[in-house]
Amino acid sequence: MSAGAGGYRVTADLDVCQGHQLCQGEAPAVFGFDEDADVVVVLDEHPPASEKDAVKQAVKYCPAMALDLEEE
Amino acid sequence: MTATQPESALADIPEVSVAVPDEDGHGHLAEMRTDPVALFQRVYTECGEIGRFRIADKEVVMVTGGEVNEQFFKAPDATLDQAAAYPFMTPIFGKGVVFDASPEERQQALKTQALRGDQMRGHASTIEAEINRMVADWGDEGEIDLLDFFAELTIYNTAACLVGRPFREEIDGRFAEAYHGLERGTDALAYVDPYMEGVESFEIRDRSREQLVALVQEIIDKRKARGKVAREDRDLLDVLISVDFDADIITGMFISMLFAGHHTSSGTSAWTLIELMRHPEVMAEVTTELDDLYADGSEISFQALRSIPKLEAVIKETLRLHPPLIILMRVVQEQIELAGHAIAPGTIVASSPRVSNRLPEDFPDPESFDPGRYLDERQEDLQNRWTWIPFGAGKHRCVGNAFAMMQIKAIFSVLLRDFEFELTQPSESYRDDYSKMVIQLQRPCRARYKRRQK
Repeated sequence: MSAGAGGYRVTADLDVCQGHQLCQGEAPAVFGFDEDADVVVVLDEHPPASEKDAVKQAVKYCPAMALDLEEE
Repeated sequence: MTATQPESALADIPEVSVAVPDEDGHGHLAEMRTDPVALFQRVYTECGEIGRFRIADKEVVMVTGGEVNEQFFKAPDATLDQAAAYPFMTPIFGKGVVFDASPEERQQALKTQALRGDQMRGHASTIEAEINRMVADWGDEGEIDLLDFFAELTIYNTAACLVGRPFREEIDGRFAEAYHGLERGTDALAYVDPYMEGVESFEIRDRSREQLVALVQEIIDKRKARGKVAREDRDLLDVLISVDFDADIITGMFISMLFAGHHTSSGTSAWTLIELMRHPEVMAEVTTELDDLYADGSEISFQALRSIPKLEAVIKETLRLHPPLIILMRVVQEQIELAGHAIAPGTIVASSPRVSNRLPEDFPDPESFDPGRYLDERQEDLQNRWTWIPFGAGKHRCVGNAFAMMQIKAIFSVLLRDFEFELTQPSESYRDDYSKMVIQLQRPCRARYKRRQK
């Protein structure tokens, strides 16, 4: 994998997600939505650095605390 | 039996000592009704991550700590029943009120309707208007009772946002007072019998519920006499009248819609103000943050939905120290395994936000009020998502938490813009009354305000 310096990985705990969809507002390129399962879909587990601040906001404000950002 | 199978006897789980003997033989009920915080804390200190106590004929297994809390909060819906664990709620919602939806479906409905993201902006401006109304006759200085003030304000906020603005315009202080009487009826004696005779808190509860039904009946009568109004002036109450529900059932529905969001937001708002008054340097920082934010004339309804980092950190730290629910309980439906013990159906399992939120290994110097815990480099809430649990955790984490945060941010945006506050009594004399399952501030709990000179 190309997880070099400054890389990060986005994960979602689907057992915890309540389908509020706020993350899609913060970072639409990273988070999608599975209508049938009513849960988040991580579209890009290794988004570019330019998305990092938006992802951080999504993680911080997720009402279900379902998202995580891990430095790699 | 193989070595990997969990032990199945309840007797293998340590039982906490008795500090307050219950003269009626109800185990730890007497302590639960006087000092539940001491009881839950002792379960952890004496028994560790899993321990038990007894309320009447119910065995309660309480877990504490990240690992076992995760098992507790992630247990599938089918194995744990929430409603059965809170028998004190049945007489409040009303015996005859039967919903044709499970709690999960109701939660889903709430989330997709009143609490939907795109509704939040409207709610924020509704709340701004309500708080402005509450302080309109305050004058330049004076005193307030924090319990009365925030209980009334949050009844109007939740009624306006969840039921509708027309309904809000039809209620007044009498509704807030009767609602408060209901909350005072959440006595743990309900674990013996929620309809026990001769219990004052139950009598107040039942009288308060009758008052609420009478108030709703008056409103229904007025609406029926008035006849149809334009679509934009209708709210949920009109819908319920049109399908012929009676006042008792409608009141029960409103009580259950308002319940989760009322005492929780009211208590958290009051404690946020108390902590700010206790820490004038933090109050000054938050006031400056808000002054800067609104310097460009932007609307509260816009900013309350956005990031206000210092104020948010203060609210989170207030929630950590003063979680509105100190114990979360479920009744086991199908055998469940917690911390290596198999727990049989019928047992109550529980986790305590009050105890978890102050675990020293997760929250260094746990008794100190330190909003710095939530700054980017620490984020003690996100780092400890199974022990920072003022909203619970997992699939059933409070669906109203984003609404609650927005509401409290809007309230303080108005209050700290226009007023300065200070304590009127010794700092340590502000405390909670734990004699009921719904915790309320203990009186006296007053604060002095003074209009800011700008």
